[in-house]
Amino acid sequence: MLGGLILALVMPLAACSSGDNAQELRISGGPQSSTNAAPVSLDATIYRPATIPAPAVVLAHGFGGSKTDLEERALHLRDRGFVVLAYSARGFGTSTGKISMNAPKFEVADARAVIDFLGRQSDVTQDGVGDPRVGLAGGSYGGALALLAGGYDSRVDAIAADITWNDLESSLFGQSTEIATQTPGVFKSLWAGSFFGSGVVNRDGSVTECGRFTTEWCRAYSEAAADGVVSAASRALMAASSPSSITNRITAPTLIGAGQSDSLFPITQANANVEQILAAHPQTPVKMVWHGGGHDGGLDESERLQEMTAGWFATYLMGEPSSTTDFEVTDTTGAIDVQSSRAAATILQAPAYPGIHGSSQQSIPLAGSKQRVRAPAGGVPAAVTSVPGIGSRVSAVLPNSIPGQAAAFDSAPLPAPLTLIGASTVNIEVSAVDARPVDDVVLFASLRIVSANGRQTLPSGLVSPILLNSVGPEPQTITVELPAIVATAEAGDSLRLVVSTTDFAYRLPVQSQLYDIALADGPLTIPQVDVQPASTGPAAYWWLVGAAVIVFAIALLLGRLRPRRPEDDPEVSKHPLTITSLTKRYNDDYLAVDDLTFTVAAGSILGLLGPNGAGKTTTMRMVMGLITPTSGAIHAFGEPVFPGAPVLARIGALVEGPGFLPHLTGRQNLDLYWRSAGRGADDPGLDEVLEIADLGTAIDKRVRTYSQGMRQRLGIAQAMLGRPDLLLLDEPTNGLDPPQIKAMRDVLRRYAASGRTVIISSHLLSEVEQTCTDVVVMHRGRLLGAGSVVELLGDKAGTRLEDVFLDIVGDDLTVGHP
Amino acid sequence: MTTQHSDVTYVARTTLPLRVEFVRQLRRRRTLVAYALVVALPVLVALAMKFGGNAGASNRPGAPVDLVSLATAGAANFTLTMLFFSAGFLLLVIVALFCGDTVASEASWSSLRYLLAAPVPRRRLLKQKLIVGLVLALGAIALLPVVSYFIGLIAFGSGPLGSPLGLSFAFGEGLMRIAAIALYVFISLLFAAGVAFLMSVLTDAPLGAVGAAVVLVIVSNVLDAIDALGALREWLPTHYSQAWLGLLSSEIDWTDLARGASYSIVVFAICVAVAVFIFDRKDIVS
Repeated sequence: MLGGLILALVMPLAACSSGDNAQELRISGGPQSSTNAAPVSLDATIYRPATIPAPAVVLAHGFGGSKTDLEERALHLRDRGFVVLAYSARGFGTSTGKISMNAPKFEVADARAVIDFLGRQSDVTQDGVGDPRVGLAGGSYGGALALLAGGYDSRVDAIAADITWNDLESSLFGQSTEIATQTPGVFKSLWAGSFFGSGVVNRDGSVTECGRFTTEWCRAYSEAAADGVVSAASRALMAASSPSSITNRITAPTLIGAGQSDSLFPITQANANVEQILAAHPQTPVKMVWHGGGHDGGLDESERLQEMTAGWFATYLMGEPSSTTDFEVTDTTGAIDVQSSRAAATILQAPAYPGIHGSSQQSIPLAGSKQRVRAPAGGVPAAVTSVPGIGSRVSAVLPNSIPGQAAAFDSAPLPAPLTLIGASTVNIEVSAVDARPVDDVVLFASLRIVSANGRQTLPSGLVSPILLNSVGPEPQTITVELPAIVATAEAGDSLRLVVSTTDFAYRLPVQSQLYDIALADGPLTIPQVDVQPASTGPAAYWWLVGAAVIVFAIALLLGRLRPRRPEDDPEVSKHPLTITSLTKRYNDDYLAVDDLTFTVAAGSILGLLGPNGAGKTTTMRMVMGLITPTSGAIHAFGEPVFPGAPVLARIGALVEGPGFLPHLTGRQNLDLYWRSAGRGADDPGLDEVLEIADLGTAIDKRVRTYSQGMRQRLGIAQAMLGRPDLLLLDEPTNGLDPPQIKAMRDVLRRYAASGRTVIISSHLLSEVEQTCTDVVVMHRGRLLGAGSVVELLGDKAGTRLEDVFLDIVGDDLTVGHP
Repeated sequence: MTTQHSDVTYVARTTLPLRVEFVRQLRRRRTLVAYALVVALPVLVALAMKFGGNAGASNRPGAPVDLVSLATAGAANFTLTMLFFSAGFLLLVIVALFCGDTVASEASWSSLRYLLAAPVPRRRLLKQKLIVGLVLALGAIALLPVVSYFIGLIAFGSGPLGSPLGLSFAFGEGLMRIAAIALYVFISLLFAAGVAFLMSVLTDAPLGAVGAAVVLVIVSNVLDAIDALGALREWLPTHYSQAWLGLLSSEIDWTDLARGASYSIVVFAICVAVAVFIFDRKDIVS
């Protein structure tokens, strides 16, 4: 059944996303190659919103993907009112052509052809002839395309580029220090290999030397992978495919995202894009987001990013007001996500992008003597910090630094918590032990946080690769830019700089070498940014205020919703009980009491007679205020009876058996009942009722252990606590043996003799006959007769009440007496 | 309301005093068993952890928070773990028991009609019973960390309170956080208390009232686990039941705590209001 419920809840949601109004089409792109001018055929899907014409958004996919990956994002933007065009880049999906890594002449030309196509569509808002209002968005491979096309084509009105490169060469050949010679950095062999590997498989599944890559790119990769060599030709290829070549021409508002968990295109790449765009055109709206994701995985913030991208385009393509700040960063440390119980996301904001070195810097001294490290022969074993597709999770099982290969320098424990947002810098000295200068010195620097209990964390699993040449015994001082991270160190934690010789993800030298690593002058400089948590939804106190208002309103409403009470009637007699036209109809339409009227005089013992189901008990419950009459009135001593009526304090009752707390003794029950009755000033007359109960020592045993008769006697005793002026007893002799019944009769007669009133309901006529002064006969809810016993028996001396009763009830008596 | 006659002095506001209701409830086996469980659980868990061994923790960002593996670090952490273990079920059942059983059990003993005929005004009866039920529930929720702390002290020593992400709180700060967590657990369970109390008024079967509240919480938890429901889940009453984890951050995020507390209090208020409205008009036939 639960399954059905879940299905019923999920189905409508699923239905919402179908009916997408999407149309598949082919678009002619740029030339096949430099020798073949025939256009490639691009496989595209266009999604149209409800209202047209509308601004367009072109979506580009990541490396190895195709337009089908973009469907969810496309539908989201479509629902926000954009015409969305998603297409597969050349060499991917069913688009023709070879992969040229976003070369201006090919992939960028394709993007421009797509914009040309949008310029001819009547359902796209046009800013001029052939100039559609269009935004470009993509992540990774698609992000670089968005930036490149945005630079080359002035018709682009807004850009959103996530986790992409600024400079392909420095992305693939990492170098975290500035050195004089123009050599490439440390080759990210694992990343480059997985990139290339996904492109060499042909559409038919066969694998060839170059697969879907152009020969130029194929050759460039082979060179680098085999020998770590970058030829001038390769360098030119990479430069042309790098946004850095045209960032100075971008004037469209640009949203740049960077992943904190990204060892492929780290934050430094996104930083370069932003800085170059702003350097050329400082007025360009640019927003930088350091989210928790990236190529290494990390925190999945795709929903937030999707929303942010839509907002960016809504602002710059539709003119909606902007509500964002120029810098947002996700803090994934220090907080625990409530829903997923995972470490989680606080969004921090700053009005302006402070750059990768922060808006201010703090200096933290490091200590540690010169340490000798070994670069192992063949580069194994290597530390594992982050693996493509798996990220930094591997360090749970594999070491992220290896003894003998790493030098460590620690700070003193921090006196106060510290939040790092950006890249730290530090100066170190490197020297070779060997007398001959060593070329191809590969080192990896990282900043770690060590908690007071010794636990070391490597934020995002990121390391900074360094490649030096001609390092001799004379120490060479370099300034290292450590990875850009977002991390929080608590008071008592310390920071640790680790310089190691290996990392699994990079091409490592094969020769074994020994180096000495030491701290150079100058402290560790860490970046700080003045950020505020982004407000999501109403502030905390508003929820509480809202709750308080609702609770107050409920209380107010409840105060007004008290049941109506019968009004006082000064005319009514002061008799112990006056019942007037009393009727009770239950919900199921059963008429339990029907227009009952009678009065009970003080000092009398009234017998309420009638077969089972006559309405005796219902009447008694109404007299006790337990059941509200449908109509009619009950007055006791001239006061109206209703639930909780004060006059009920003058009435003692035993109806339908006693009710006690089984875990307490008889005495405790009576004591607690009396203390609950609100008659603290009165004498309960406990000795008297205990005598009536006649329980002996059993009075101090738990009620659970009592027989029915014992409970019945205790019930009568409870009803008589405080000597009520009116005593209601429903079938009081149930469970009593003959001597006890006789004793009970005497008790009741004496009670009435004191001017108090007793009402006994019973179906045993003889009992009533022997005890009562007056009788009310009921049958099927109606009053059949009332009067004194003497009157009823009248002159028929020698007749028994039973005969009189049968006489009154007549043939109608269907429910017999026992 | 006061009435005075020959020898009857009745003061409505003195009916069913809290002291009397406490005595009536405290002597019940059910109450004692609930409290005994609260005391026994930390002892059993401490023994299991002391002699059962414990796997290592993983605490990188993105890894599921592992409070359990931190449990043996010291008394404060052990206390936290006990709260984590019990908030979801034991404390829920106890809260539902104290608030759900209270009126229904009187009905099942037939003593309800004699209290009302005494007369204890109906709203007063509910008020007194609810106060006692909530105080007993709060007592159990407060007792658990106190007992856990002492058991933890004996078993694991007095380490500072450490959060799963490597934060560490000083002694006083740690105790404050634990107290705040216990309080939040209580507030977040008010929702179940309200539902149980409403059921208690509607039914004469005490365990039915308790069970209904527990089942409702479980259904809410199941729905909360369905990703397809998306943001709708934010409106489930149990959605923020673990928001107290936020109290373990260096910078406390009050939003979820406030939101969770607000929902719970509002649902509680609505349930109690409906219970009062119904009880005001109910024909007592038990």
